Amino acid sequence: MTEPEYEATRSAIEAVWRIESPRLIAGLARVTGDVGAAEELAQDALVIALEQWPTQGVPDGPGAWLMATAKHRAIDLVRRRARYDQKLQEIGRDLESRPEYSGEPDVDAMDDSIGDDLLRLIFIACHPVLSPEARAALTLRLLCGLTTAEIARAFLVPEPTVAQRIVRAKRTLADRRVPFEIPARTELAGRLASVLEVIYLVFNEGYAATAGADWMRPSLCAEAMRLGRILAGLMTSEGEVHALVALMELQASRAGARTDPAGEPVLLTDQDRGQWDRLLIRHGLQALERARQLGGVPGPYEVQAEIAACHARARSVQATDWERVAALYVVLGYLTPSPVIELNRAVAVAMAYGPDRGLAIADTLTTQPALAAYAQLPAVRGDLLAKLGRLDEAHAEFDRAAALTSNERERALFLARAAACVRA
Amino acid sequence: MRYMMLLSGTNPSTPPPPELFEAIMKLGGEATEAGVLLDTAGLLPSAAGARVALDGAKVTVTDGPFTESKELISYALYEVRSKEEAVEWAARFIKLHRDHWAGWTGSTDILQVMDPAGP
Repeated sequence: MTEPEYEATRSAIEAVWRIESPRLIAGLARVTGDVGAAEELAQDALVIALEQWPTQGVPDGPGAWLMATAKHRAIDLVRRRARYDQKLQEIGRDLESRPEYSGEPDVDAMDDSIGDDLLRLIFIACHPVLSPEARAALTLRLLCGLTTAEIARAFLVPEPTVAQRIVRAKRTLADRRVPFEIPARTELAGRLASVLEVIYLVFNEGYAATAGADWMRPSLCAEAMRLGRILAGLMTSEGEVHALVALMELQASRAGARTDPAGEPVLLTDQDRGQWDRLLIRHGLQALERARQLGGVPGPYEVQAEIAACHARARSVQATDWERVAALYVVLGYLTPSPVIELNRAVAVAMAYGPDRGLAIADTLTTQPALAAYAQLPAVRGDLLAKLGRLDEAHAEFDRAAALTSNERERALFLARAAACVRA
Repeated sequence: MRYMMLLSGTNPSTPPPPELFEAIMKLGGEATEAGVLLDTAGLLPSAAGARVALDGAKVTVTDGPFTESKELISYALYEVRSKEEAVEWAARFIKLHRDHWAGWTGSTDILQVMDPAGP
């Protein structure tokens, strides 16, 4: 096989791996009861494929091949452990500390209810005993098939840090004997919140990436949306899951319009709406509709998706239903009180009822300790003061915003606005 | 990365077997569950369509069927991480035709959708 042929086969194997690895790991985790062991077994199957396929050709059903190979490895492992346990028993050692492997593993059951296993895998990877960073790393590793190096690049942290996070997370799950199961009804809400938090964290990490950044970072948005869609397919009756998918898709629909050709940030109100991704908007609105139809009290993701939908539906800034946006921020503030939400409400109120009304709300926030170093507060106040013709005050606010931000491009934007106040 | 997949082919004289439809539905379900299939639909024969063409300065409209031997059968829009991943999904789709509809020949063209914000 020539070098280019070999590379092509390698790429094909990687593609199959990305498609199949979550299902493989999920099925293996149920058989072994151990996520770490499951991942190693799946990796073993990948290594065998990398050894064999370049010389013997890619099998006709590559997914089934990986599954069959991994099953054999699982049987070997479980038998080996059973023998080990037996030996220990013979010499009278305490077995309490080991998970139980009774008899032959039911590997044929691996093909059944793959969906349930995937869901179990999502819940265990996002288990609250792990820190949000560890949950995110483990989820990207187990459910998205990302390598440690890719996760490190995406989160701008050193590779050993990610490797350590993943190793520790697996150990914690094993030490705490976290069962590989879908949470009981009584704890489902809390556990699901933990999953949604991780997915949205991954999304925001990607969304925060600036133009021209390593493409691994923005690709986190795609990973998060894919995870959200998988979860929505597995938990069709959970409104907040659909709502989170809607929120991510509606936000991502604006990704292409967020920066100008020079890479400068473009505010929502200044964006060319023709650049918004109509397909993602359609998807997002459909997902939001599903969340609505499920009824119940709207959760924070649904309210945020409703706000995003107000923008997505509007053909222009003027056509936006700002009164609805302002009202939705009131609801969101009830669900998850935060001065940042209040500041967003101030902006919406200014758009709906005039800058003076918005400024009145923003002014109440100046004594909030949480916003003391938050550049957006003086920026919003500067904008509203400028609209009211109070240019000296606006100038001072933009100067303050420029001093507070750590983003160079944003600083330039604020300084330009400060200068415009003087010129006018 | 977004890819548009265009399936075209020549149907044998036998009608498409129900097993093919079932297999296509199953694969479509898998792709949707995997979160990669954004949109897909079948296309009616070109006899139901039309072609608008520019020849010099003249715009002509011709009703179908088009004269090509192969008909466009369906389109699908995938969101995947690599071209190879798109190829794998397309290969799975084509294999269903091989396995369930003897005599069918065809191909899938995989085209990457331009992304102004992409890498």
